[in-house]
Amino acid sequence: MTARRTAVLVGAALMLVAASAQAGGAAAGGAAVPWWAWPLALFGVCFLMGIVAVPAGIGGGTLFVPIVGSFFPFHLDFVRGAGLLVALASALSAGPTLLRSGLGSLRLALPLAVLASASSIGGAMLGLAMPVNVVQMLLGSLVLGIVVLMFVSKKSEFPQVDQPDALSQALALNGIFVDGASGRTVAWQVHRTVPGLILFLGIGVLAGMFGIGAGWANVPALNLLMGAPLKVAAGTSGLVLSLVDSSAAWVYINEGAVLPMIAVPSVVGMMMGARIGARLLDVLKGSVIRRMVIAVLLFAGARALLKGTGVWP
Amino acid sequence: MTAAPAPKTQPPEQLRYARLLDWGTWLGLVVLVLSFAAYALGLADPHVPVSRLPELWQHPVGRYLELTQSPTGWGWLALIHRGDIAGLAGIVILAGCSVVCLLALVPLYLRRGDKAFAMLCVAEVAVVVLAASGWLAGRH
Repeated sequence: MTARRTAVLVGAALMLVAASAQAGGAAAGGAAVPWWAWPLALFGVCFLMGIVAVPAGIGGGTLFVPIVGSFFPFHLDFVRGAGLLVALASALSAGPTLLRSGLGSLRLALPLAVLASASSIGGAMLGLAMPVNVVQMLLGSLVLGIVVLMFVSKKSEFPQVDQPDALSQALALNGIFVDGASGRTVAWQVHRTVPGLILFLGIGVLAGMFGIGAGWANVPALNLLMGAPLKVAAGTSGLVLSLVDSSAAWVYINEGAVLPMIAVPSVVGMMMGARIGARLLDVLKGSVIRRMVIAVLLFAGARALLKGTGVWP
Repeated sequence: MTAAPAPKTQPPEQLRYARLLDWGTWLGLVVLVLSFAAYALGLADPHVPVSRLPELWQHPVGRYLELTQSPTGWGWLALIHRGDIAGLAGIVILAGCSVVCLLALVPLYLRRGDKAFAMLCVAEVAVVVLAASGWLAGRH
């Protein structure tokens, strides 16, 4: 089976299950379908999302909230609570490996995470206080914005940082890692620390408000703005996420917006799918998967926007 | 992404954090899966019957809490024997394990005279504890 056909099949299955979920959800508010069908469908969708998330280079949380929020009968409050846990569990699971390899830098993550965690609490409270149609509209706009970012965002594998700024120097925001691809040891440092900190304040608000994870924003901020090597940016983004999502998740837990029946199948499905996705990295063509994920996100973002505006309730 | 096995190049606090995070995540996931299995298989009576969920989860969280008389904040601890509420235990471990990891770094940083990072660890713990305290719950 060709990579393109595999990608199309996974994408079609994802859309089919999501569409079936929506059809089932539309029937008497989901009450016509036996209760066990929902966690099962959720597990299936999350499993597929987990498979495509790794080769597409995005976090499963970014796919989870727009797709499940648009096509399942759960209220967006519970979807965001589960979305945060999906992103959190994935980030926590990857954390130890990233730290040991040096691809994730605790030193770089901590200052950014403190600010982003604090603002994520505000974002979570704001998200739970806002009318759901407003959150849906903002979510749709954000997802469409992510699609644009995926299209236009450039990446720099080893950005040139000639001189670290004063704050970066004072905090010794630098490190070393062995690049597995080339086998060479890479020393890195960062600059533009203050703009980076300000940006992470905003990223924290979005992560808490939408429960969407924020790898899509963390990686460009660390790589293109602060000058961290791409692999360090991706690894450190995971560490930042694990701390930011912890804070925001607590708000949802304390507000009662985490239902195990929604959260657990999502977390388990996504993690199992991600393991398969990581193994299929060589088989699946990243660019094909990425295009398919963009198409799915476009559809889910438009759906969220139309749901929020009442055009497609 | 390729994980390069180069532990010797990483600072000790990073390796300690990695070890504790590993344990915390595994513990959280095991508790999460076991408690959910007990809940889904009907081994523990739930606070909200599973058959009622499809009519309830479409409501905003405030309405859901009202209809089910479910607790907010740490009130869930009193109902931990209920199948659905027990599922929160694993979630709480996952959301809280970073606190233990961060606190374990403070002595390492202080011993090295790195007060800035010791303070950053304490600040991050304070933020997570504030969020976890439940003090912010129900204030929207």
